[in-house]
Amino acid sequence: MSTIRVEGLRHVYSAKTPFEKIAIDNIDITIGNGELVAIIGHTGSGKSTFIQHLNALLQPSSGTVFVDDEDINADKLSRRDVKRKVGLVFQYPEYQLFEETVYKDIAFGPENMKLSADEVDQRVREAARFVGVDEELFESSPLELSGGQKRRVAIAGVIAMRPGVLILDEPTAGLDPAGCRQILDNICQYRKESGSTVIIVSHNMDDVARIAERVIVFNEGGIAMDGTPNEIFCQPEKLMDMGLNVPHSSLIALELKKRGFPVSCPCYTPQQLKNAILAEKEAGVC
Amino acid sequence: MSIIKFEKVSYSYPGDELPSLCGIDLSIEKGQFVAVLGHNGSGKSTLAKHMNAILVPDEGRVLINGVDTADENRVLDIRRNVGMVFQNPDNQIVANVVEDDVAFAPENLGVAPEEIRRRVDAALKQVGMYELREHAPHLLSGGQKQRVAIAGVIAMEPEIIVLDEPTAMLDPMGREEVISTVTKLCREKGMTVVLITHHMDECVNADRLVVMSNGNIVADGAPAQVFSQVELMEGEGLDVPDTTRLLYELRKEGLELSLEALSPADCAEEIMKIIRG
Repeated sequence: MSTIRVEGLRHVYSAKTPFEKIAIDNIDITIGNGELVAIIGHTGSGKSTFIQHLNALLQPSSGTVFVDDEDINADKLSRRDVKRKVGLVFQYPEYQLFEETVYKDIAFGPENMKLSADEVDQRVREAARFVGVDEELFESSPLELSGGQKRRVAIAGVIAMRPGVLILDEPTAGLDPAGCRQILDNICQYRKESGSTVIIVSHNMDDVARIAERVIVFNEGGIAMDGTPNEIFCQPEKLMDMGLNVPHSSLIALELKKRGFPVSCPCYTPQQLKNAILAEKEAGVC
Repeated sequence: MSIIKFEKVSYSYPGDELPSLCGIDLSIEKGQFVAVLGHNGSGKSTLAKHMNAILVPDEGRVLINGVDTADENRVLDIRRNVGMVFQNPDNQIVANVVEDDVAFAPENLGVAPEEIRRRVDAALKQVGMYELREHAPHLLSGGQKQRVAIAGVIAMEPEIIVLDEPTAMLDPMGREEVISTVTKLCREKGMTVVLITHHMDECVNADRLVVMSNGNIVADGAPAQVFSQVELMEGEGLDVPDTTRLLYELRKEGLELSLEALSPADCAEEIMKIIRG
């Protein structure tokens, strides 16, 4: 529901001290309404610094961030408003749960927006449904829940503010495979029903390959690649040069190529690679 | 004699209806690298906590080098012999300087100062953190912190090291650092390593893979052999590596492939057998 436009963004940590570090520089990018974007890059590549600019948690050293064509750092008021428009879910958000009950925790954001009690109630139930938190848990203490449930409650707290852009930093870190799948499915479903723009920061290439429609690769404080998963993952060597993991299937495809059996891309999921191998084999026989 | 032996071990947490361990029998030999895989709530951490008497069985017994963990007079011996590393590196570091942190355990064991110096240096070299020995732990990366925690355990010179999801909070580079460090400890120093994890890629180097579900062991064998049981793994809500997945899917299409190839290179080799005819 919202469009982000970033122009000439640069951020310097500890400027004018001996520890000065340029975290990101020369970032120009537009993320359109309703896109599902994954941001990848190894630790220190600048991706976290970048996303913290999108809701004015960090202010640019130079450059401008626009959300729906408004400069989010224009004045104090715009910096406040953008935090409602752009919801940011940090890594391990479950550490930020603090209320006595699950319901109160999810309601905290909408209540601060001075909505009516009915409106708050509706939003809490809607957000809980999106992330798969059962209403039976509403009166439990968030501290009694399992790790996966806590994380869902924390995400629901952000969704309840109905942000036009939802940003999640490593939403699946530390969860088991079933938990990962569930959270990603919930996020995809949320985006489909709400029409929100969704940005996911992830280290897990297999997750990215499975759900993203657009992949942005950060390297050394800049954007190194930007394209569809097809365009990005069909260049596994380039990703490996930047110290990134590539999906396992891409590695198998590279090994096949080394052995004189190149398969055509896309082949970065087991399903795609299977089809590519069968097609090549068929063609070989004829 | 097995270095770790579980005999019909059952355990329930106070207040829980269902037991977390149901009559586990498990023997681990000295020098083995054993990975324990299972989804959340499968009982794998409970299993780990029985190995150094953090928990003791409700029924059955656990023997470490033949010593019963329920014997309260021997608990300290057992804890000295079985080092534990946990998930969150920030909760395990106590000192303000890396080498002080590593020295903490041997100091408490009353080891002589020269011997402490020797052990700390050796431990830091083994985990590749010797160069950073005078740094402040809070400025290290997650993978580095976790390696300091491992060094702290090695400095006690235990025979067994048990790691409970040591990589869950790390980025891919940190995970790689930790896994290659523990693999080296097993292969070069002959330590017995028990790695609890839910990342299947971390299990492929292990000698043995134990899969847990609902407090039971549902599979136990060489990693390649365990992962080749694709239906079983899926039934337990666990993934198999993409290499196995690909071979499995190709086999469903009628290609005669073995499923026991885990690395991308081995998997490619297996496929080439068919291609070359």
